[in-house]
Amino acid sequence: MNKRFEAFRTGEVKRMERRLFLKQSLSFGALALLTGCAITEEEKVQDVLMRMSGWNDEVQGWLFNPNRLAPEFPESRITRPFPFNAYYSEQEVIDVDGGKYKLELGGMVKERKPWTLPELYALPQVTQITRHICVEGWSAIGSWTGVRFSDFLQRIGADTTAKYVGFECADGYYSSIDMASALHPQTFLTFKISDEILAPKYGYPLKLRIPTKLGFKNPKWITAMFVTNRFPGGFWEDRGYNWFGGV
Amino acid sequence: MQVHPLLVRVAHWINVLAVLVMISSGWRIYNADPLFGFSFPDEVTLGGWLAGALQWHFAAMWLFVVNGVVYVAYGILSGHFRRKLLPISPLAVLRDIAAAFRGKLAHDDLTVYNAAQRAAYLALVLLLILLVATGLVLWKPVQFYWYGQFIGDYEGARFLHFFAMAGVGLIVVVHVVMVALVPRTFPSMFTGRVRI
Repeated sequence: MNKRFEAFRTGEVKRMERRLFLKQSLSFGALALLTGCAITEEEKVQDVLMRMSGWNDEVQGWLFNPNRLAPEFPESRITRPFPFNAYYSEQEVIDVDGGKYKLELGGMVKERKPWTLPELYALPQVTQITRHICVEGWSAIGSWTGVRFSDFLQRIGADTTAKYVGFECADGYYSSIDMASALHPQTFLTFKISDEILAPKYGYPLKLRIPTKLGFKNPKWITAMFVTNRFPGGFWEDRGYNWFGGV
Repeated sequence: MQVHPLLVRVAHWINVLAVLVMISSGWRIYNADPLFGFSFPDEVTLGGWLAGALQWHFAAMWLFVVNGVVYVAYGILSGHFRRKLLPISPLAVLRDIAAAFRGKLAHDDLTVYNAAQRAAYLALVLLLILLVATGLVLWKPVQFYWYGQFIGDYEGARFLHFFAMAGVGLIVVVHVVMVALVPRTFPSMFTGRVRI
């Protein structure tokens, strides 16, 4: 699964780059010529599709039941090895220096003091064995350990009436989730996979585990998080993937 | 002589559009992580890449579902299904299929469906309902886990969704071939009428 996935991802990223490049050149062409029926038609279609994606965000918000738990599995069902995934290949995984690491906090929170790893590790921890579902279709079951995100938000005095929680990662990735999903009891800030400190490829030192959302809504290598009412978007979301990404 | 009520004709053509979009974008989504040892050629898929295909799929699903609900509600409440699709006897279906292969299947009176047609149209409606039921589990495997677990959960639903699509594809191909063989059925799907 892993190999096939990597092969696919590089192709997909290439296509994406080509597409973005094409789009830019198309809009440049449109500006230059001040015409182009095909281009405006294409933009109209894109606009309708983006609106429908926004409508689907709304619907998913209504469908989301804050008390419904994602199924948990026995240890025997864990996928080993757990597949690696990112917007680049496994060889390019960054190594975050845990000694210097700090989790930065921003936005609508009272306690903005950055957190070191020993401070994070000292928090009460819980474990879940849940299924990670990728937007591509494949799924894998893993065991993650960390702090319940709702507890952490409370501890830092986050305004939980705000709409979004955004995340920034050491590899340039970013994403955001709705507050209702952030407060779900199975949403964890995790430090461990299979009871071991996250290997670099699994997001050392900090990964958000949120089994009520698709894989790309589970950012790894998190370095900063913020609470906000301004829509923060995300790396894949800004490129056309549905923002809510709920499962 | 009226053979197809207006609502059925409109629903039919909306369904053609919706199903074409659903299947062609669905193939692109399938290609992102193929269940079997093959992919669909990019040229016959819709969306350009995975995110685009997902956008099409989750936009067209509304057209497909709303149209389907109206059609099925009409079919049941007006007695359209009961009059046109029932009764179906398995023996008559087999007999008609055998006759079709010998080139001797009768469809002289366009107001009455033969047994093979009844079976195919009923199967199509049921397969499309299965596509919605499995599709909901794929879209929301956690929120719909309560019934997803009875159809093989997320992974099982992926296979069922695929096989239901294949079944729809097969029926559509046979349907289009049959229309080509009996061309006077074609205009009636627009006008609703046939000359006796």
